[in-house]
This record gives sequence, C-alpha cells and structure tokens, in this order.
Amino acid sequence: MVVHGELWTAKELFVLPNEFIYWSIQIVMYPFMTGLVAGAFVLSSLYHVFGFKQLKDIARFSLVFSFALLPVAMLPLMLHLSQPLRGSHVMMTPHFTSAISAFGVVFLTYACIVGSELWFVYREHFVETATALKNKPVRSSGENLRMKLFSLLTLGAWDISPAALEKDHKAVTVLSAVGIPVACFLHGYAGFIFGSVKANALWMTPLMPVIFICSAVVSGIALCILCYIVTMEIRKFLAGRRNAKSADIPSIEQLKGAQAQEVRMSSRYLLIFMILAVTLELLDMIFRGYTAVKSWDILRSVIYDRDFMQIFVLQFGIGNFVPFVLLLLPGLTVRRAALACTLVLFGVFMMRWNVVIGGQAFSLTFAGFMHYHLPIIPDSWETFREGLAGALLVAVTPFVLFYFLNKIFPVFLEEETN
Amino acid sequence: MKRRDFLRSTVIAVAGTSLPLTSMTWIDPREAFAANPDLRWIFLVDTHKCVGCGFCVKACKYENDIPQETNATRTWVERYVITRDGEVHADSPRGAHEGFTQRAIDRGTVGPLEIADEDIVQAFFVPKLCNQCDHPSCVQVCPVGATYKAPDGVVLVDRSWCIGCGYCVMGCPYGVRFFHPVHHVAEKCNFCYHRIHKGESTACAVACPFGARKIGNMKDPDDPVTKTVMSQRVGVLKDGFGTDPQVYYIGLNMEVR
Repeated sequence: MVVHGELWTAKELFVLPNEFIYWSIQIVMYPFMTGLVAGAFVLSSLYHVFGFKQLKDIARFSLVFSFALLPVAMLPLMLHLSQPLRGSHVMMTPHFTSAISAFGVVFLTYACIVGSELWFVYREHFVETATALKNKPVRSSGENLRMKLFSLLTLGAWDISPAALEKDHKAVTVLSAVGIPVACFLHGYAGFIFGSVKANALWMTPLMPVIFICSAVVSGIALCILCYIVTMEIRKFLAGRRNAKSADIPSIEQLKGAQAQEVRMSSRYLLIFMILAVTLELLDMIFRGYTAVKSWDILRSVIYDRDFMQIFVLQFGIGNFVPFVLLLLPGLTVRRAALACTLVLFGVFMMRWNVVIGGQAFSLTFAGFMHYHLPIIPDSWETFREGLAGALLVAVTPFVLFYFLNKIFPVFLEEETN
Repeated sequence: MKRRDFLRSTVIAVAGTSLPLTSMTWIDPREAFAANPDLRWIFLVDTHKCVGCGFCVKACKYENDIPQETNATRTWVERYVITRDGEVHADSPRGAHEGFTQRAIDRGTVGPLEIADEDIVQAFFVPKLCNQCDHPSCVQVCPVGATYKAPDGVVLVDRSWCIGCGYCVMGCPYGVRFFHPVHHVAEKCNFCYHRIHKGESTACAVACPFGARKIGNMKDPDDPVTKTVMSQRVGVLKDGFGTDPQVYYIGLNMEVR
C-alpha cells in the first residue's frame, strides 16, 4: 500500500523511513500564484496610490487580473490537501499559532480589499451600462439579463455626479494604499510558512518572507506586462480588421504608441524589483556559506552539486541574468520586453521550485537525499492533483477567469469610450 | 407584594437558577480524560539492548492499524556502522520491519554497501519513535488544531479533523510523521494512548524481547523509568530544536542523527 509521496520520491543513501517529498508541485504553484496576485496588485497601486500617470492603462488591467488570480491562489492548496473537503476548517476553526491559518485571514481581508476597489473603479461603468440598457425601448433576453446583472452590481448606488465620482476615486486611493501592505503581508506570509519551519535547514531564514515579497512583485509585474502585450496585440489585430468599418475605436498606431509607452514604463519598475529580489536571494546564499553551520555541508551539496542546473543555470542564468540584460539594453522593443517577461516568470517559478523541492531534497539525517519525479501522466487522482496536469489546471484557470471577468470589468474601458 | 416576600422569592429564584448553572460547567473531553497533574508519559530506549529484530515495528503496525506493507511507520529501528576510516554508515530498510536480515547497508538508489568485518569499529541499533515533545512544533504549525497535546504530555492527532496539509510532517525535526495510507491524514506514534490509559504498556515495549523499550511516568519518582532517567546518563535526540523531547536514550551515540 502506497503512502503519500512515495509515488514520486526516490531515496538515496540514509533517509528516514517516513521521509518523502510531501510538498510537491502544487506547493510550488501556491507561492507562485499568490506572488502573481500580490505583484499584480502592487503594479496597479503604483498608479492609484503613487500617481504614476503613465501606468494608468496597465493599472486597471492589473487590478482585474489580480482579482482573476485571487481564487487561484487557494486552488493549489485545495488540490494538495489530502482532505480537501475539510479545507474550510482553516477559516472556521483557525489555530492561530499556525502560519497557514493566519494566512487564511489575511487572504480573506485582501480579497475584500481588491473586490471593494474594483467596485469603486467600475461603479460608474455599471451605472452607465445599466441605465443605457434600461433606456433601450426593445431589449433581447440577453440584454435583459445584462441589465439585471449590472443593476445588481451597482448595489443601489446610482449617483454618478462628479462629486460622487470624486468620492469613488478617493475610496480607490485609500483601498489601494491599505492594499499594498496587505498584499505584501499576504505573500510575506507565504514566505513565513516556509521560513518558520525550523526542521528544514534550507527554509529556516528570516529573510524568506522578504525574498518572497520581492520575487512576488517581480512575477506579478512581469505577468501583467506580458498579458498586456498579448491583449494589445489582439486589439491591434481586431483594430486592423474593423478600422474600415468604424472610426470610433483606436487606430493601430494609437494602440502601438500606448502599448510601447506602458511597456517601457512598467519594465523600469520590473528592473528595480528584480535587483532587490536577486540581491536578497544571493545574500541569503552567501550568508549561509559564510556562517557555515552544521547543515551547510548538505546544503552545499544540494545547491552547488545536485541542484546546480536548476539554481544557477535555469533560475539565476535564464530567469534573471538574461532578462535583466534584455531589459537594460537601450531601445527596448515590445517584442524584447515580452521575451524578457516570459523569462522572468520562468525564473520566479524556478525560484519557487528550488525553495520548495530543493528544501526537501535532503534528509533530516543530513546523510541522504531525495529526488522528486514529477508525475506526468495522471493515472490516478493522486498523480493528477500532485502532477503536471494539476499544475497546468492551476496555471490556466486565472486566464479563463480573466476572460469572463473582462466582460463585467472591461480593462480597456476608458480608452474605448474616448 | 411585601418587601419581605419579594426578598424571599428573589433568594429562592437565584438559588434555584444558580444550581443548574453550576452543574453546567464546561467540560473539555481531553481534560476529563487525561487531566492528571501527577502524570507525564515519557519513554526510555536502551540502545545497548536493541538487536534490531524489528518485532517492535511489526507489533506497532498490528496494534495501530498501519498496513504492514506500508513503507512508513510509527516507529522504526536504525542501524549504525562505524568503520576504521571514521565513516558512519546508517540505514533502516523499510523501518527494519523485517529486522536487519542483510549485512549490506541499504543505500536506496545507490545500491547496497558491503562492509568487511575487520573494517567495523562499532555497530549498534537505535529505535526511534515520536518524542512527544514538551514544546511540539507539529502542534504549533497545525492550522486547525487537529494535532494537540494532551495534559499528560502525549501529542495526539484527531483523524476526523486533520485536513492533510502536511505542515506538521514538514515541521517535525524527527521525521516521525507520515500520511496514513488508508485514512489520508497525518499519522504518528501516540505511545499507544489507548493502551497506556488502561494501565498497559505500549505495543512496541511489550513486543521487545530484550527490554530495550519502556514507558514511564515522569511525575512518579518511584517509577523505574523515572529513576533511570534521573539517575543515569541519558540523552535526547536533536536537543537544539528547542522542542524538549521526552524520549530518553541510554547509550546515545553522537553519530545518531
């Protein structure tokens, strides 16, 4: 009879009988997705709180994307639980000495903040859409449904006078300001979950929450830029087909200009956070080597020998150094930014992989190693949820959600109405 | 109503309602079951007596409904072989479920290692089980309180409440936890809690033919285990984690990890 973790763990040398890779791909996905949520929100806040006007377009985009990512931050955890139906216990009967239970509270708070902020940003749109549909003399059943939905979304607040909209704007600023520390806390807590495991020599460092926050912002910004580029490309394609029929929508040149401007500006912030994240990660590694406590022997063999490829080639080389150079070289093009952002996302994913899987690559005996073989073919529920298929499900879900959310919260609203 | 009657009725009413209220004192089932200030379960392992037969491992699995073929166990035995060159070789094939029937050291995917008799300086066996720590990190990290410490010091898992997140498995510095293959919740040794509360010893201690394992009550100065712990040189595993383990070892070697 197979115990949990046995299917994908290979043991080498002296490993305790109960030791397996318990936290597998879903626990890699969990901080990765949470990081994207937090990072996307921070990017949107750069405009809402700090008033970086150049980011106006991408700010709304990243706010909606952050909302789409939100449920997916919990999805890997639910897929990982051996008793997923009891997952709500974390919220219902939290045990506050546990970092995971506190995470549940922070997550809910954060969800409320993002939800409220979205409502304030889009209230005017809800009112205008519902009013326009109401005034229509003949409505199809689909339009009736839309009218009801948008009327409901106004929550009875129909006032869109300049004074009321000004109040909305103030509320957005306040919520964004409150949201930044909560977003950082949200992801810092994911780092704390690992950093506080004193039994694990690789994870236990107070730097872990800070490292996680910085790389979260990096991944969030990179994903928003990438998705923004993709969405704009689609819009450019559609504009090319429609321009002949209508002059109301922005032209390809207008879109190109806006896209290049937004991408260039966002890439600068991405570079700043990348420097912070890489510095902290390297600092942690250097500090461990310099202090060289008892566990360093086994950590060294994991970092410099067994995981060399994953850490130094894939994470730092392809995931950090190459995109860093691509973004720094003068004359940044949209295509180059897209490539750099893809590599950055890969680098952050590898960082999560190296922390989660690398942290379990050595035995508590400090005399043995464990190797993780990712289940590719889902031949059972266990290999589905903790394998490649489960990870892909988690990765695809936010994009599907984003598609539907965009119908209610159109991310390019203002530009189109102009 | 006269003032006297009013006061009398009030006294009767207050007395009448307070009686059932006092009888409704909140009872914590754990306290009712195990609250005894004179009880703190501890365990004593004598490494000099263990021969690595694995009877304890088998008995534990039978007693606690852990499938015998499962490659995880509540208790296990480790073998240590120290060679002339100072190398320490250790293994615990299937937790020593069948005992140490092979001379070669099991090294997993690397393959077995044969060591010649003349190269061996020292060899011994070390049984391991949950340390029922005074400050258990598994209890600290459990997000729903499914792992908790009873007042008599034993750390228990509520199978009906565990969500299976694995945080306790990762948080335990001793690697005693695993997932039950049938119930799919966190599993660990609980000193055979169902037995010791009936005055019986643990299944592993009963099965050990050499008396290498003993359970005792730290609060009882006349308990033979307590006497040994208080008067002899005993050690605990991984003291540096601050968990304050309560499984004591006689003859604990510094090579034991």
